This record gives sequence, C-alpha cells and structure tokens, in this order.
Amino acid sequence: MSTPPPSLLVDDLAFAYPDGHQALFGVDLRLDQGERVALLGPNGAGKTTLVMHLNGILRGGRGRVEVAGLPVDEHNLQEVRRRVGIVFQDPDDQLFMPTVADDVAFGPRNLGLPEPEVTRRVAEALAAVDMADAADRPPHHLSFGQRRRVAVATVLSMRPEVLVLDEPSSNLDPAGRRELAEVLEALPVTLLMVTHDLPYALQLCPRSVVLDAGVVVADGATRELLADRELLAAHRLELPFGFDPRSVG
Amino acid sequence: MGAGHGHGAGLAAMYVPGASPVHRLEPHTKLVAVLAFALVVVLTPVHAGWAPWAYAGFLSLLLGVAAVAGIRPGRLLRGLVVEVPFVFFALLLPVVSRGPRTEVLGLSLSESGLAAGGSILAKATLSVLAATLLAATTDPRALLRGLDRLRLPAVLVQILTFMIRYADVVGGELRRMKVARESRGFRARRVGALKVLGPAAGSLFIRSYERGERVHLAMLSRGYTGRLPTGPVAVVGPRSWAAALSLPLAAAAVLGAGSLLG
Repeated sequence: MSTPPPSLLVDDLAFAYPDGHQALFGVDLRLDQGERVALLGPNGAGKTTLVMHLNGILRGGRGRVEVAGLPVDEHNLQEVRRRVGIVFQDPDDQLFMPTVADDVAFGPRNLGLPEPEVTRRVAEALAAVDMADAADRPPHHLSFGQRRRVAVATVLSMRPEVLVLDEPSSNLDPAGRRELAEVLEALPVTLLMVTHDLPYALQLCPRSVVLDAGVVVADGATRELLADRELLAAHRLELPFGFDPRSVG
Repeated sequence: MGAGHGHGAGLAAMYVPGASPVHRLEPHTKLVAVLAFALVVVLTPVHAGWAPWAYAGFLSLLLGVAAVAGIRPGRLLRGLVVEVPFVFFALLLPVVSRGPRTEVLGLSLSESGLAAGGSILAKATLSVLAATLLAATTDPRALLRGLDRLRLPAVLVQILTFMIRYADVVGGELRRMKVARESRGFRARRVGALKVLGPAAGSLFIRSYERGERVHLAMLSRGYTGRLPTGPVAVVGPRSWAAALSLPLAAAAVLGAGSLLG
C-alpha cells in the first residue's frame, strides 16, 4: 500500500485579481489526511483568496492546487467541490433553502445521489452536529450558534475530504463556541480553519500556518507559534489580554 | 446579535396550520383549482341580470371550502387588504363613465359604470378570497413545490424561494438600521428626512446585492448547476385532482345554470 495523497496540496500558488491587485505571491501548503490546521493572518493577508482557490471558485493564476490527488481545474470542478466543503462566515449566506433538511440535502442532490441515500446523509450530517431535531424547521427560526452548526452539516452531507471553515467562532456566545468546538473535534475529516481567534486555533488545531501579504510566513505547532511574540507582533496577530498559550493544558 | 428574527412574521403570516382535507390536498392541484375558479369568475358576463346571483353562488362555494378548512371569515377578510387599490378604481368608474345616468344619494352616476364597477369589485373580491384561502391552507414552501411541479420556469421558483427565505433577513437588517438611526436621535418626520432615508434604502440594496453574491458563492461551492434540487414528489391520483377541482367545477356549474336559466 502506498501512502494516500495529501488531502490538500497547494503548490506555488500566485493570483492577481482582474483589477491588478495581487493577493497571493507563491503559497505552498500541504495538509495530510486527518490533520487540523489553523490558517492565521491579518485582514487582507490573502486568506479568503486562498480559500476560494481550494474549490476552484477562483482559478487561473500561477501554481496548482490538488485535493486528495485530484487537480483543481475546469474539468474536475464538481468533484473538487464535493471533496472540499467550505463553511462561510455568515450562516445566512450558507442556508438559503426553506428548511434545514432541504438545505443539508442541497449538496447531495446536486451530486445526483438517489433519494434514500440523500435522506441517510441528511440524518447523518445533522446528527454529527447535534441538530437532528431541527430538520424540518426554517433556518431563520434557529439561534445563531445552531445556524452555524447546520451550516457545517450542509457540507458534511457531501462527505468532504477537507472541511474549510471561515471564522467559525465569530459572533458565537461562549456556549455556542464550545458546542461547535466539540462538534469539530469529533469530525473525522481534514480541517482547515481560517480564524483570528487564536485561543480557538490552539484548542482545535495542533498546527498553524500564518499567511501575510500573500505568502506563508510561518508554519508549525500552534503552541509554539503563539508563544513567539515577535512573530505575532510582526503580522498583526494578538492574543487576548491575559492569555498565555504555554499555560493552557 | 440575533436581533430581529420575528417568528411567524412576514410572508408566512397568511398560513394557518391545520390538517383539514383542504390542507392535505397536494399544493399544485390547489393552485390549478384556484386559477380555474378565478377564470370562471372572470368569465361571468358583466351586464347579465343574473350575474349578482352567480356571484352569490361563487361566494357561498368559497365560504363552504373555508368552513371545511376551518378558516374563520375574519381571516379571509384580512386577505382582502391587497384589493384596496382595485376598490378605488371600481368606485371611480360610476363617476367617470358615460351613458345613461341615474341618481344615487344625490349623485349623478353612470348606469353602465355602476354595473362595471360593481362587477370589477365582485370579481376581484371573489378571486382574492380564493387566493387567500389557498394561502391560508398551504404552507408557502409547499406552494413553491406546487409551482415547480406545474413547470413554472425554475428561475422564477428560485427567486420566490429566496424571497421567502430572505424576507426576514432583509427585514431584520432594515429594523437594525432603523434602530441605529433612531438611537442617534433621528426622527422621520420632516421632508428633510428623505435625505437620510434615500441613502439608507440604497445601502440596504447594496447589502442585499452583496449578500446575493455571497449566497451564490456558497451555492457554487456545493455543486449548484442552475437548478434547485427538490426532494421526491408524491404521485397524485385522480381522486385528489377530483377533490381539488370540485371547487372550479361547481363554479362552472353555477355559471352554466345562470346562462341557461337567465
């Protein structure tokens, strides 16, 4: 048996927007199967641009992206979008169908799966985020934390290889934050988490990557990166007042 | 900040949950029934002497359906609010129409205008009542599924789906903007206030537009290819069609009887 290909491979990725603004200058990133990695960096570092490349929403720059060995290109787009599940920051953007169950079924139905399989996956994904009771409710009747978890379910139902979360802890109350962390920790998928919430990164991701000005400036154990004051200061990253990464068990 | 998620407000407010035979009918059969009923109502000749009797017959049919569905008359009356602009037009007709005139309460009114106005009022009221009955007995989401089954263009169904989903979200944004304005002492009383409200409407539009782009992105990320996939659809037998179409058929019978006897 050969070793499986990395879940995500980004090789020398560079990209400029049509207006000439260059966002990425040769990014390299490799995520092995089952890894949980935080993507850190100040606003405007290129994090979102990088994420948009992972499922081929943005293409056409230099370099290449592969998902579990499959290159992201026009031809593979549908399969790539199955393999990479992106959870966007505002759950109201992600949940557009009239009921929770319809929304979780949106991806699997787009894949053309038979209806019994769709039903099975909806039940499984909602159970994984502890929202099985909400299947028939309209999304706008749920709390913000519940909507965020349902948003995670909407991509889990596609059985992704990589789960990409954009600011998963934003706007959550402490209980909602903890509930989401419990859900994420239990998921058996490769995880890439874009966040400004450094304690959350430390809690969930053993490894972190710092992106600034379109290049990867640091890649290592989260605990060590967060203990490096000079590195944090150089890239506009700040720990909450009184938080010491070395004292967290 | 979960402010402003009004439960049951907005577009779903018309729906009265229930389990009556009318509620249980498949939505697309009900849509066809209401459309056919409205067609029969509109076909009733305006100047026939028996027309008022036919309108009364149609009305009693609707009230019968409402009774079966357990919808109170008060609820139906509230549905008539959308008709108000037509009422103004109908009231105007007897005053502006030509032809022989008659005295009503000291006003000189056109006879044909009275007939036309009264008939517009009756037909519009009956059609709106039928539509209100449909909205009261059918969940908005089921209604969309019905439209989809009737082969309404997919794009239109999607637009309506998003309207139902995002009416509350956009409404919430509107309320938050209003609260934010008023928290800084703004009062929408003077004409000068339009200078503030105009840009506010503009910024709401921009926000909604940007949200639309983000939603589209989220849809693409989950393999959207141009149509909203729907779940399994139940096969509808001739009996449910017969039950749904009994309303327009009875109305057609009333119309037929009127033209034969009148």
